[in-house]
Amino acid sequence: MNGSYATSEYLIAVCVLLVTVTATVAALTPEPVRQALVLAMLGTALTLLFTVLQAPDVALSQLGVGAAVTPLLIMLTVRRVRRSSTQQRDRERQR
Amino acid sequence: MSRRLRLALFWAAAVVFAVAFTAACTGLPDFGTLSHPYGSRAIAAAFHQRTANTISSVNFDQRAFDTLGEESILFAAVLGGLVLLRRARDERLAGVRRGRVLPSTRMFGSLLLPITLVTGVYIVAHGQLSPGGGFQGGVILATGLHLAYIAADYGVLKAIRPLAVLDAADAVGAGAFAVLGLVGLAVGAAYLQNVLPLGTFGQLSSGGLVPVINAAVGVEVGSGVVVLLAGFLDQAVEIVSPTGKDNGAGR
Repeated sequence: MNGSYATSEYLIAVCVLLVTVTATVAALTPEPVRQALVLAMLGTALTLLFTVLQAPDVALSQLGVGAAVTPLLIMLTVRRVRRSSTQQRDRERQR
Repeated sequence: MSRRLRLALFWAAAVVFAVAFTAACTGLPDFGTLSHPYGSRAIAAAFHQRTANTISSVNFDQRAFDTLGEESILFAAVLGGLVLLRRARDERLAGVRRGRVLPSTRMFGSLLLPITLVTGVYIVAHGQLSPGGGFQGGVILATGLHLAYIAADYGVLKAIRPLAVLDAADAVGAGAFAVLGLVGLAVGAAYLQNVLPLGTFGQLSSGGLVPVINAAVGVEVGSGVVVLLAGFLDQAVEIVSPTGKDNGAGR
């Protein structure tokens, strides 16, 4: 009993560390597409943390929203904005 | 506001927050103790309502009114996103180019698409028994559908995504949650009170109102996320801004 307790504490510490590192990298990444990818990793790290903290319901939500939907929305937005600015540049070149 | 003033304001607020947060954290119970006053009460109430998943019992029975607010926020957010992303009068649709997909991607995509959808339905349907529920299952259903975009192309995704139906389903799901609360009022109990027959603990049909609201939330979240992603995808893939007009992106 005591042994398994120590293992779970150790797992929690590893997951907290993983969340801290990925969150810091996400905050320090200026480029939006890369940031979206780091956010997906942060989402996965949070999913692991919630799982080892025995909160599988929250972990599932985090997996769907944090690791999949949010990065996807960011990447689609970046793609749209980039396409618009490429068009703009082409037009200016034509003039 | 000058940069210095803003920084000074930030540091003042940060110091106050740090002190208050540290003081609050010292008053917390120790991490991993055996005493959980809220947890033991919630579990007792969940057992009483014959709902095996206590989280679902809290979300859709004990504190269903809170969840109604959260679902309304999601509905409003999707609605607002769609209003902003709608095709403006001067934007036009460009033809979507057929994408080239690696055979392995195509195979795994078409293999995983049905598995993911079944998983999503399972998670929605078993919300009262095991981890998950309408929200989680709905997100899995919505994202799983988009495997078609990865495994094939946008045309295929559009073909298997009945947007008009999902638009209506989003609203019906959100409305159904609010209407289901009236069942309680109809039999003389409180709004959103769990008055349906509770069934046998651990069975799919147990929990009374919980699986029904779960299903409504699953429909709302699943169709809402698909519709929202469709708004973003249309803008990213299909819709072209008018030529010769500055849309603010190319400054």
